[in-house]
Amino acid sequence: MGIIKAAKLFYDYVSKNEHDEIEDVVHAVAGVDLDIEAGQFIAVLGHNGSGKSTLAKQINALLFPTGGTLWVKNMDTSEPENMWKIRQTAGMVFQNPDNQIIASLVEEDVGFGPENIGVPTKEIWKRVNQSLKSVGMIEYSHHSPNKLSGGQKQRVAIAGVMAMEPECIVLDEPTAMLDPNGRKEVIETIRQLNKEKKVTVILITHYMDEVVHADHVYVMDDGKIVLSGKPKDVFSQVELLKELRLDVPQVTELAYELKQAGLSMPDGVLTIEEFLEAFEKIKGGE
Amino acid sequence: MGMRLEHVSYIYSPDNAFRKQALKDINLEIHDGEFIGLIGHTGSGKSTLIQHLNGLIRATEGKIYYNDQDIYASDYRMTDLRSHVGLVFQYPEHQLFEMTVLKDVCYGPKNLGLSDDEAKKRAKEALTMVSIAEKEYEKSPFELSGGQKRRVAIAGVLAMHPDILVLDEPTAGLDPKGRNDILDQISSLHKQTGITVILVSHSMEDVAKYVDRIIVMNRGQVFMDGTPKAIFDRSDALESVGLAAPQVTYVMRCLHSIYPDMPMDATTVEEAKTDILKYLEADK
Repeated sequence: MGIIKAAKLFYDYVSKNEHDEIEDVVHAVAGVDLDIEAGQFIAVLGHNGSGKSTLAKQINALLFPTGGTLWVKNMDTSEPENMWKIRQTAGMVFQNPDNQIIASLVEEDVGFGPENIGVPTKEIWKRVNQSLKSVGMIEYSHHSPNKLSGGQKQRVAIAGVMAMEPECIVLDEPTAMLDPNGRKEVIETIRQLNKEKKVTVILITHYMDEVVHADHVYVMDDGKIVLSGKPKDVFSQVELLKELRLDVPQVTELAYELKQAGLSMPDGVLTIEEFLEAFEKIKGGE
Repeated sequence: MGMRLEHVSYIYSPDNAFRKQALKDINLEIHDGEFIGLIGHTGSGKSTLIQHLNGLIRATEGKIYYNDQDIYASDYRMTDLRSHVGLVFQYPEHQLFEMTVLKDVCYGPKNLGLSDDEAKKRAKEALTMVSIAEKEYEKSPFELSGGQKRRVAIAGVLAMHPDILVLDEPTAGLDPKGRNDILDQISSLHKQTGITVILVSHSMEDVAKYVDRIIVMNRGQVFMDGTPKAIFDRSDALESVGLAAPQVTYVMRCLHSIYPDMPMDATTVEEAKTDILKYLEADK
């Protein structure tokens, strides 16, 4: 069994009127099945309101299933006594770095988590140094977080999660508010943590180019998983993705358009190298 | 006519230890009816610059002329400038506050001193421009989706009938379809009304697709200024300031290095497709 497993998972948002009568029920997550192996890099795509963030919050036990079951490392997230264990196993990074940094020094911010769970002081410092090193922010230990760039703040937030030594990190659109440089920094950091520290990564994003290197991609719509597979398979479905309000990387779209125009381009071209290779074949085949 | 900036500099906290020069000797001319993309990494001075355009920030040095009038002249009415230059901030939906969508969009025109009827008329026009259907008018703005909220906020600025519309990253946080919807609407608004648009964006793909002119900011200065083709042709220079050309431009450049007859200046998928098909056709 994988580190994260869901069976017929539901989450309903219920709105009630002033008489406590149910007015409306929204199935934000509606029957999701998941099985995520430890150490994988998973990407979750979906348009605004498709249920991605609700799913993410359930993995971190911020929300509890209203139907079905979700296990994080074999722990049922609907059992209240598992809550703290689950949050240590699956850390979470949110979209806005300014909403998750609390201390006046970078190192104190990163140490806040381990301190809260009663890690001995010596061990806290060890973890703080290690996590700051792993995100490339060690030279900013004594800086004030509010003077950092967006990408740097987000890396500090990731270090704060890493200091809890989680086996899994869930990142909910961590680059949405960053400029291209900041995005690159953060994505490289995440990929490195996945590769070197074997942390399971669940990346929720709207940027298709961040998904290209994932091991597995899930696409959500209306609370359900409507498409799932390797990036190559998912990005072969250009029309379906567009129907789902999503997009594909430009190079994928170009290859798709050329195929539509009659060239023998393969499906799901993800990188410039693959494109060149395919184009050379077309030229050579003439 | 339009807007002219002469030797504009701006320094934050000039008198203490936090002194920071955000703009340095900016000279720019913005002509009526242009669609301009303003790019640059975080901290390059984009936001400081656009706040000068409607007088929210006063230049430490230099002059700004709107339709040849000096906006810093003692008899110039800054409130006039603010009704001519509409500024849509980042995450503008955070500024929605009224009970209904329609009331929220009426707020600006009412403050200009227009009658209720006139304000409503303008609000409805503006909401139509951003494709908000009439059935949403009486809803609370907070019941809408993220993309809809943002469009309502943009309508609030359009209802002021600005001559220049400045948008600071209007698509941040939206899904790809939401991004395209908003940019398509701004683009058709530009075409229909001839309004001048200045679009601050981090997405080179978007900028390449929509604008006629790109201004690149770096360290508080104008680093480049030209057509998308001219700017993206110098991707090395862009990369040196932390930016890049659209992915499709790199594809074409790689193709060009292998097949020298392949044109390499495409900046959109559409152009690249046309160039490649033409090349293959000629090659036969």
